[in-house]
Amino acid sequence: MAAPQNLKYTEEHEWVLVDGDVATVGITDYAQAALGDVVFVDLPAEGTAVAAAAVVGEIESTKSVGELFAPIDGEVVEANQAVVDSPDLVNSDPYGAGWLIKVRFTQLPELLDAAAYDELTSK
Amino acid sequence: MSDRVSPLAEVHNAAGAQFTDFAGWQMPVRYSSDLAEHRAVREAAGLFDLSHMGEIVLVGDEAAAALDYAVSGRMSALKPGQAKYTLLLNAEGGVIDDLIVYRTGEDRYLVVANASNAEAVAEALHERAEGFATQVFDESDDVALIAVQGPNALEILFAVEGFAIEGGHPDGEDVPETLRELRYYRAVAGLFREHPVLFARTGYTGEDGFELFCAPDFAKELWETIAEVGAPFGLLPAGLAARDTLRLEAGMPLYGHELDATTFPVQAGLGRVVDLGKPGDFVGRAASEQGPGADARVLVGLTGDGRRAARADYAVFTEDGTSEIGVVTSGALSPTLGVPVAMAYVDPAYREPGTAVTVEVRGTKHPYTVTVLPFYKRKSN
Repeated sequence: MAAPQNLKYTEEHEWVLVDGDVATVGITDYAQAALGDVVFVDLPAEGTAVAAAAVVGEIESTKSVGELFAPIDGEVVEANQAVVDSPDLVNSDPYGAGWLIKVRFTQLPELLDAAAYDELTSK
Repeated sequence: MSDRVSPLAEVHNAAGAQFTDFAGWQMPVRYSSDLAEHRAVREAAGLFDLSHMGEIVLVGDEAAAALDYAVSGRMSALKPGQAKYTLLLNAEGGVIDDLIVYRTGEDRYLVVANASNAEAVAEALHERAEGFATQVFDESDDVALIAVQGPNALEILFAVEGFAIEGGHPDGEDVPETLRELRYYRAVAGLFREHPVLFARTGYTGEDGFELFCAPDFAKELWETIAEVGAPFGLLPAGLAARDTLRLEAGMPLYGHELDATTFPVQAGLGRVVDLGKPGDFVGRAASEQGPGADARVLVGLTGDGRRAARADYAVFTEDGTSEIGVVTSGALSPTLGVPVAMAYVDPAYREPGTAVTVEVRGTKHPYTVTVLPFYKRKSN
């Protein structure tokens, strides 16, 4: 699946949807496919301060453990309880119902656009 | 590292497999979903490509005697058509590999080794067979291996046209009866459309099933036939990820995790596989007789609550978390049981089922309970 055009991306395979000063963060289709069936998701609580590139959560599949990196500095305003209850949403709808956290940020770092991300994952 | 490919690589590609490097081979890790493939094997059937495994053949008047010296079990006691799980030990009593040995004739044995150890096994068998009237052939490149595992495996093979039993009815009328009556750890030679196939009732999933050895040239035809015939029975192609969670639930050791060159079989609960009662010397006998010290760690099962799995190399602690008492060798969230399961080596004082311990899962200690292996046992066993 090509990366959706309306999103920004990190090299750690997160996607970011910016709406005002809140960024919704999830992992990409490429990342969920590499992980395999996601069976456990651990997300930071609402109010947690996060720093770009820091590990803020875990995404476990049957085979391995993936780390969730915060793509930006800010504060978690919402964690997706639906994926905590049904981790397979990360596999079935990574860009939709499988979103992970919403972060209120002050400054947006430089992120990849869809073309650059597709380039990164086609190597 | 050379990327060796299975004779079935093209078929896997067409089926949308994701590949992983495994012991220098590019092998399918999954086709669709690890969980779906795992469940297919437990509830219907799964089709595995095991062509990466090593096959070493011993032929000759003293093949039996050579194997009795080379491995931990008494291979001379096998009758043609029987198979046995055994261990190739080093002189220190540690494990070079775990093997399944099939006696395929009076003076002929087929040794199946793990892909990662196939060369070491072939080399050791060559050395250990010196002085015996036997020849050792590494036929790993000339043998493909396909496994059909699960409760529907037998019905699926019945539905495949073109099978025959060697020396049996030319139209294969006796195939269903022969396969149904073939006992666990038995093998029978046959044909698939004129090509030799060894039907073995063995596996590594905890389910009923068969492993079919054949020449690489027609493995594709055999795989595609079984896949097509099996689909209405719920058969799915299954990758290495499902194979690993299946064997973990079944409490089966994996070389490099539960077994290695420095671990005595008795520590892994495999003391019975080392036949100290057999006549004559065998490599590793003296060390095995001495055994590990009384404080040597032993393999146990662990089950946890929640959904966060203990994984290989995580440390095991006492219930209060103060002392490190062991290490996890394999672990996953059990797809069948829905709870985390793990195998771990622990200090012998903590081996009793019911003992409460903790496992450090990435910085946090989680409660686990020592459990009898296997975690999963099929009902018809």
